[in-house]
Amino acid sequence: MSITAIKQAPLREHTRLLGVGAYRPEIIVTNDDVCQWIDSSDEWIRQRTGIVTRHRAPRDVSVIDMAEAASREALAAAGIDASQLGAVLVSTVTHPYATPSAAAQLTDRLGATPAPAFDISAACAGYCYGIAQGDALVHAGTAEYVLVVGVEKLSDFIDNSDRTISFLLGDGAGAVVIGPGDTPGIGPSVWGSDGSKHESIRMTRSLTDVRDYALGAVATDTERDEDIDAGRESLWPTMRQDGPTVFRWAVWEMAKVAQRALDEAGVTADDLAVFLPHQANIRIIDEMVKQLKLPEHVHVARDIVDAGNTSAASIPLAMHRTLKEQPELSGKLALQIGFGAGLVFGAQVVILP
Amino acid sequence: MASNEEILSGLAEIVNEETGLAPESVEMDKSFTDDLDIDSISMMTIVVNAEEKFGVRIPDEEVKNLKTVGDAVNFISGAQA
Repeated sequence: MSITAIKQAPLREHTRLLGVGAYRPEIIVTNDDVCQWIDSSDEWIRQRTGIVTRHRAPRDVSVIDMAEAASREALAAAGIDASQLGAVLVSTVTHPYATPSAAAQLTDRLGATPAPAFDISAACAGYCYGIAQGDALVHAGTAEYVLVVGVEKLSDFIDNSDRTISFLLGDGAGAVVIGPGDTPGIGPSVWGSDGSKHESIRMTRSLTDVRDYALGAVATDTERDEDIDAGRESLWPTMRQDGPTVFRWAVWEMAKVAQRALDEAGVTADDLAVFLPHQANIRIIDEMVKQLKLPEHVHVARDIVDAGNTSAASIPLAMHRTLKEQPELSGKLALQIGFGAGLVFGAQVVILP
Repeated sequence: MASNEEILSGLAEIVNEETGLAPESVEMDKSFTDDLDIDSISMMTIVVNAEEKFGVRIPDEEVKNLKTVGDAVNFISGAQA
């Protein structure tokens, strides 16, 4: 008996970024503000991190609100109507519901229902993970246009007295539309993970730990509960990191990933016009530039100075700003690389929208 | 295989490059943090450069034990043996 043949979606040869959008919330937190909470100085923070200000969203502005604003701008820039979207991917680790996803509500607000929609949990690599998937969906013919959003409201998950990471973090959203192209516009994704280092960037506790503590049940971690009892730590889960370990991994391991992304795209550092690294810390950025031996003519995004570290939003925010300040870079080659909690990483060479 | 003196002078060069500190100020009994004012991020850069220069592996968890320049010299010397 012969097997009936089925049709498969026709492949599309090329994909590209069609438009970018951004949303930067209105509250600006200065280093002097931060120094009310930790014993530090404006000079120390600038020198050690490069950060001068970070944006934070007010209480009544949600991850979905920020994502919507960035998405509308990206769709307009791409010249695509929301109804044409074949998928909506939202990278975030700060949407305060495990389910339902931020993506499904965003899709509905944009008027893209019933497009498939889901969230991606890949922290600071989330945007590059989204590009990897959006690119694959368009390539494979599963969707014609895909909206990829990186959005974070990290201010909901920080402890102002923490000196490891909280003072670096900001809120914001960035979005891009991926669609078919006449020529190659997105190089092969180099992405991966290393869960053996899951503790190097982490939340202080799980939601079930919070439940157990709040209900007075047997604590899963007695020591931490003593910290809460003594007021040294909040019950609410907040971010922590082992800075030196992350720094070492981010610079020397990620430089290799970035180089592979260049190699797999068949280009060299000399061919680049822009470098869009995740905006984690200016010292990571500067050291990576050194390791990659990027020539002088490559514009290096340093949006971190004003925006802080916005995790999944940092690369599209940096891309948006770069193109706003230097519109002549549209159509030029950029290397983007994200890396963070998981640990996870992702990189691509792209043609700027 | 480098002698302790050679390791010290190589390490001093690396510290000089990262921090601008005079190589002769990098002495065996000096503490990286208290005496040389080297922060944890700069320390990682120094460690990675030292690994390359001396052909050794210095794991993250070991870096915390390298309080003084002498600790680093002794670790590198032991790792080379």
